[in-house]
Amino acid sequence: MNFKLKDLGPQLVTVIAVVLIFGFFTYNAQINMENRGIDFGYGFLSQESSFDVQFSLIEYDGSHSYFRAYLVGLLNTILVSVIGIIIATIIGVIVGVARLSPNYLINRFAAYYVEFFRNIPLLLQIFFWYFAALRALPLPQDAEAIFGVFFLTIKGLFVPAFIWENFNIFLYSIIAAIIAIVVIKIQAKKLQETQGKQTPVFLISIGLIFILPLLSFLIGGVNLSFEIPQLKQLAATSFVYDGGLSLPPELIALTLSLSLYTATFIAECVRAGIQGVSKGQKEAAASIGLTPNQVLKLVIMPQALRIIIPPTTNQYLNLTKNSSLAAAIAYPDLVLVFAGTALMQTGKAIEIVSITMFTYLSLSISISILMNWYNKKIAIQEK
Amino acid sequence: MNNINFLKPDKSNLNTFLYTGSFLFFFSVLDVFLNSFFKFNFVGFLPNFLSFFMPLILGFIGLHFIRIEYSGIKQLDLINKHINTNNFNAILSLLIIFIIIKSIPPILSWFFIDASFAGDSKDVCTGSGACWTYIKVWMRRFMYGMYPNAEQWRINLSFIALALLGSVGYFATDRFKKYLTLYYVVIYPLIAFLFIFFFISGGPVFFDFSYGIIAAILSIIVGFFIPSKFKFYYFLIVPFALYILLKYFLFFEEYIELGKLEGLNWVETGAWGGLSLTFIISFFCLIFCFPIGMAFALGRRSSFPLIRYISIGFIEFWRGVPLITVLFMSAVMFPMFLPADFFIDKLVRCIIAISLFEAAYVAEVIRGGLQALPRGQYEAAKSLGMGYWKMHIFVILPQALKLVIPGIANTFLALVKDTPLIFVVGLLEIVGMLNLAKTNPEWLGFAMEGYVFAAIIFWIICYAMSKYSYNLEQKYKTDR
Repeated sequence: MNFKLKDLGPQLVTVIAVVLIFGFFTYNAQINMENRGIDFGYGFLSQESSFDVQFSLIEYDGSHSYFRAYLVGLLNTILVSVIGIIIATIIGVIVGVARLSPNYLINRFAAYYVEFFRNIPLLLQIFFWYFAALRALPLPQDAEAIFGVFFLTIKGLFVPAFIWENFNIFLYSIIAAIIAIVVIKIQAKKLQETQGKQTPVFLISIGLIFILPLLSFLIGGVNLSFEIPQLKQLAATSFVYDGGLSLPPELIALTLSLSLYTATFIAECVRAGIQGVSKGQKEAAASIGLTPNQVLKLVIMPQALRIIIPPTTNQYLNLTKNSSLAAAIAYPDLVLVFAGTALMQTGKAIEIVSITMFTYLSLSISISILMNWYNKKIAIQEK
Repeated sequence: MNNINFLKPDKSNLNTFLYTGSFLFFFSVLDVFLNSFFKFNFVGFLPNFLSFFMPLILGFIGLHFIRIEYSGIKQLDLINKHINTNNFNAILSLLIIFIIIKSIPPILSWFFIDASFAGDSKDVCTGSGACWTYIKVWMRRFMYGMYPNAEQWRINLSFIALALLGSVGYFATDRFKKYLTLYYVVIYPLIAFLFIFFFISGGPVFFDFSYGIIAAILSIIVGFFIPSKFKFYYFLIVPFALYILLKYFLFFEEYIELGKLEGLNWVETGAWGGLSLTFIISFFCLIFCFPIGMAFALGRRSSFPLIRYISIGFIEFWRGVPLITVLFMSAVMFPMFLPADFFIDKLVRCIIAISLFEAAYVAEVIRGGLQALPRGQYEAAKSLGMGYWKMHIFVILPQALKLVIPGIANTFLALVKDTPLIFVVGLLEIVGMLNLAKTNPEWLGFAMEGYVFAAIIFWIICYAMSKYSYNLEQKYKTDR
C-alpha cells in the first residue's frame, strides 16, 4: 500500500477549500432564490413555450414544450457545426496543401489567406458577412437565377427541394453499397497479404456507390423530382420565393465565416502534418519502386494523418463551440433559443444555463472521444 | 533551324519559343490589364464566351512554350521553377495573376479613389466608394466608447504611462535585470490596476475587486519568504483569508471616499468602451489567466490524486463550454451565487469569466511544455536536494515555459480575438460600438466601412503579436 499520511494534508485542504467555495455558492443561491420567490426545478421543460422560432429542422411552434424548443436549438447548432466542419475541412486541406506547393504564387496566395482570416476576430467576420456582405445582395424580385434554379437574395439562398418517392429504398441501397465496399476492402487486404494480388478497390467502390443507387431508381421504384422555388408576390413591393428549400442568411453568414475562419487553422495543421513526415520516408518509398500516387497513399498520408488528427479534432471542437456566436446575428441556435428566449420567459437562470453548458460539454466530449478512438486506431502500434 | 515541335518545346529552338511564348503571355496579361483598368478589350470582336477565356488560353500556350528545361537563361529557369512547373500549375498561376489584376481597380476605387474623406456629415458620402467620413466622425466613440469626451485624456494618459512603464525591460541595465520578473509579475500589474482604478474609473466601481487585488498582491509578496514546506497551504488559504479580513474587518464604507482622486469625476464602467476597453480587458485577463493556468497545469501533473482530479475537472469543464455561455453565466447566474449585498461590477465579472476560461487553455499549453521536458531534468533537480517548489521555479518552469511560447502566444491571441464577445453582458468594445453606430438613423448604410476599419485594427494587433511571439521564440530558443 503506497498510502502516505503526509500526502493527505494538501489534498484534504484542497478538497475542503473546493467544498467550501461550492457550499458558499449553493447556500447563497438558496437564500437568493428564496428571497426572490423562485423555485428550483426542471419541471418547466414540459410546459408550453409560446414563442416561435424562425428556422427549425423539426416541426415546432409556440404550442410545443420548452424541451422541444431546446431540441430545435440543439439541432440547429448541430446543423451549423456539421456543415461548417465539412466546408472547413475541404478548404483547410486545399489551402494546407497549397501552402506546400512549389508554385510560388499559389504558395503565397494560401499564406496570405491564412494570415488574413485567422487574425480577425470571428465575431467581426460573422458581422461582416451578415450585416455588410449579404446585405448587398439583391431583393427577391431582382435576383437572377444561378444555373436557373438557385436564387441568392437578401432573404437567403433558395434552392430546389428534393421530393423523394420510396426514399427508404434509396437509403438502403446506399447502406448496402457502403457495407459491400467495406467487405471488399477487407477481402482485398487479405488477398494482398496472402497472395500479393492487388485489387482495384477504389474503382470498384466508385462503381458500387453509383450503380447500386442507380439500380434503386431503375428497379426499386425510387423517384426523385425537384421543386424549384417560384417568385410569389405577397404585397405590392414584397416578394418571397415559394416552394423549394430556403436557407436563411443567418445560416449562410454563420457557416461561411465559421468555415473560412476554422479552415485557416486546419490548413496549418495539415501543413505541419505533411511537413512532419521526414523526407527520407518519401525517398525510401520511391526507391523501392512505388509510384508517386502510391507514395502519397501508402507512405506519406498514413504518417501525416497521425500528426494532423489530434490538432484538427481540437479545431472541430472549437468550431462547434464557436457556433454559439450565432446568438449575435439571431440564428436560432441553442444559445439564442434556449439560453436567450427561454431564459427570458421562465427566469430559470441556473437550470437553463447549466443545461446549455452541459449540452456543449457532452457535444465536445463526444467529438473528442470519437476522435481519440480514431486516433488510437491509426496510431503506430509499437511492439 | 531544326524541326519545331510545338507540343514539346526544347532547347534547340530556344529563341523562337521564348519570343512567341513571352509575347503570348505578356499579351494575355496586357489584355486583362487594359480590360480591368480601361475597359478596353483587344479580342472584343470574338464571341463573348471566347473573348472571356482568350487571355487564359493565350497565356497558357505562352507558358507552355517557355517551359524549357535547363535553358541556360537564369531568369527563365527561375520562372519555370516557381510558377510554371507543369500545365496544371501554369493554369493556376495565370488564374491568380488575372484575379489580382482584376481585383485591383475595384479595391483601389472603393478604398481611395471614389472614397470620401473630407467633411463631417453624411452628405459628403455620395460616391460609390467608402465613406471614411463616417469613421472620422465616430472615431472617439470607436476608441473610447461612451466615455465623456472631456475626460478622455485620462485614458490616453494612462495608456501612454503604462506603455512607457511596460517598456522598462528594454532599457534595464544588467544590474536591474534580475528584478524584472518581480517587476512584471507583481509591481507592474499593481501600477496598472491603480491607474485604471483611480484614474480611468475615478470612483468606487472596482472596490470589492480592489480588496481582492490588494490581498493577492500582498500575499504574493509575503509568499516569497514563506518556507517552501508551507507554501502550498499558504497560497491556498492566506489570500482568501486576507480578502475576507480586508473586506469585513479592516475597511469600512467611510474609506470609499478616500479611494478617489481629488477633482476626477467618476465614470461608471458601463460607459467604458471601444478599443480602449478591448485593451483593458485583454490586459487584465492576460495577467490573471497566466498564474491560474500555471497552477492548474501543475495541479494536473501533481502526484496527489484528489488535486489531479480537481484540476482535470476544472480544465475540461472550461475547455468544453463556449465562452459565450460562460459570459451568460457570469451575467445571469453568477449574481445568484453571491450574497445579496455583494455587488460585483459587470466588467469585473467579465474579466473573471474570461480569465478562468482562458486559464484552462493556458493550463493545457503549459502542461504540454511540462510533459515535453525529459525526466532527467526532474531527477537531476531532485538529486540536488531541491523540493517541489524550488525544482519547479528554478529548473522546470523556466525550461517548460520557453518551450511553449508559441502556444501561449496563440492563447493570448485567442483572448484578444474573444474580447468582442462581451457584448453578451452589454459591454461594448469596438465591434459592439460599430453595431451601435450602424443602427444610428443618421448614419445608416455604412456597416461595411466600420467592419473593414475594425478588421484592419484587429489584424494589425494580432499580426504584431504573432510576429512578436515568433521573435521571442527565436530569442529564447536553446539548442538541445
